[in-house]
Amino acid sequence: MMEQHITLPENSIERRTTTLNVGPTHPATHGVFQNIMELDGERVVSTEQTVGYIHRAFEKLAERRPLYQITPITDRLNYCSSPINNMGWHLTCEKLLGVETPKRVDYLRVIIMELARISDHLICNSIVGVDTGAYTGFLYVMQYRELIYEIYEEVCGSRLTTNIGRIGGFERNFTNTAFTKLEKFLKEYPKVLKEFENLFSRNRIFMERTIGGGAISAERALNYGFTGPNLRAAGVDYDVRVHSPYSSYEDFEFDIPVGKTGDNYDRFLVRNQEMWQSLRIIEQAYQKIQGFTGADAEVYHADVPEYYLPKKEDVYTKMEALIWHFKIVMGEVDMPKGEVYKSVEGGNGELGYYLISDGGRTPFRLHFRRPCFIYYQAYPELIKGGMLSDAIVTMSSLNLIAGELDA
Amino acid sequence: MGLTNQYVQEKLTEKFGDQVFGFEENYGMLSFEAPKEHNLKVLQFLYDEATLGFTFLTDLCAVNYPDDKGRELAVVYHLHNLHENVRIRFKVFTSVETPDVYTATKLFASANWMERETYDFFGVNFVGHPNLKRILNVDEMDYFPLRKEYPLEDQTRIDKDDEMFGR
Repeated sequence: MMEQHITLPENSIERRTTTLNVGPTHPATHGVFQNIMELDGERVVSTEQTVGYIHRAFEKLAERRPLYQITPITDRLNYCSSPINNMGWHLTCEKLLGVETPKRVDYLRVIIMELARISDHLICNSIVGVDTGAYTGFLYVMQYRELIYEIYEEVCGSRLTTNIGRIGGFERNFTNTAFTKLEKFLKEYPKVLKEFENLFSRNRIFMERTIGGGAISAERALNYGFTGPNLRAAGVDYDVRVHSPYSSYEDFEFDIPVGKTGDNYDRFLVRNQEMWQSLRIIEQAYQKIQGFTGADAEVYHADVPEYYLPKKEDVYTKMEALIWHFKIVMGEVDMPKGEVYKSVEGGNGELGYYLISDGGRTPFRLHFRRPCFIYYQAYPELIKGGMLSDAIVTMSSLNLIAGELDA
Repeated sequence: MGLTNQYVQEKLTEKFGDQVFGFEENYGMLSFEAPKEHNLKVLQFLYDEATLGFTFLTDLCAVNYPDDKGRELAVVYHLHNLHENVRIRFKVFTSVETPDVYTATKLFASANWMERETYDFFGVNFVGHPNLKRILNVDEMDYFPLRKEYPLEDQTRIDKDDEMFGR
């Protein structure tokens, strides 16, 4: 109990704590999260989380699916940035199979992944705004997430659960419309991001609401297995894109923004800065892609006949293509034996895939390292002693995605 | 920079002798195992030893090998030295009859939920865990679904009422 100025009689209601159920379907939690909170007035004394409301047993499902059928499963982990999950999965398979992807494929992937990162951070940061009472930013930036989704749509046909790319590359080449849409986004988005920052970053109300709330030290964050923007906001410059570059990230020039205090405000700033860095990366990648000439400019997949579906006209006219098509679709290709751990920098942290193959056609075991499952454990520690309304902001600024949490 | 897999292996062998074994490199990542009684000692050594410094627990999960008698369950730790950027994989095996493994929660706060998840799906009993109960599945569940003895439903079964299941 907090220090009281008035002497209250024994058993008075003010002397007791209240138990409050927040969730599982509470409008303030943006997803299925349940927290049973013990409150002293408006202050959080303790909390216990319940997770697993949308658990779908992905790891078990994956044990009966050939590799290409697992891609749609990964969509449903962090559905705010499905392309990163898809690419991470393709990279894992490629690592197991020893596939080398052409540079152009890498750059196209980088463009898609960074677009996904922007859309992920955009949602998270604007939701932090909503929870502090500023709905405008959220509604406004949705328009620009739409531009990103249109690019996905042009590349793979779908928007949210993208199932984008294949083992070895992309299912089809980027059309000119896709590049036009990308140019439109690159032209229009910086202005909007600047406006968005103006709206929040030095906004007195926003700062008062977020500074100091949900803070964590670098040591605790590391011990709790934080990764991604949440760890960087605490001051640790760990980024998978730099530490273990994948998909040719080493070819790009970009900074890792870090915070200091690891509170809600720093997390917000780090995400905003990362969006600027993502834009830088996309611009560089687009330039590099325009630099390809001749046959190189048309490459959009590696040569992996065992896993990459042949062209449809070849399937109808050529024997070998027909055989591969059948074998791939029916999942009759045996994988090499081995154990692989591959991670990518997802929207909210290090997304890892631990794949064990026993030489069969489906994984023997597949484990997803889901960043928000791991760092959500720290939530009671983050909000202890703070106000309930700050706990709500902390939850959204951690970028928790129920789909990823529950796998 | 300069922490190599070979150095990690030498350090471990020097400290634990033949208690650490099964060294192999899979796609560049050093992997080894130890008896399950020593899992904490090994983790603590990897954590404390200044030249090793594996202070970040990336991932903890289990694997079920039903045909390997007496070693049916493997608990796999992925550790990361963030300074040198070296990852290693450490395994302990346990039998399915007595799946008791010491908890790593004292060392890594992040191990708490990961161990609960592992318990939930494989039934590994983490001795000393502060709150070892199911996390993703319902509390009433009386089996460990990710073990190989529970196969996925046969996709061709026809004994279900189509009207009820919408297929």
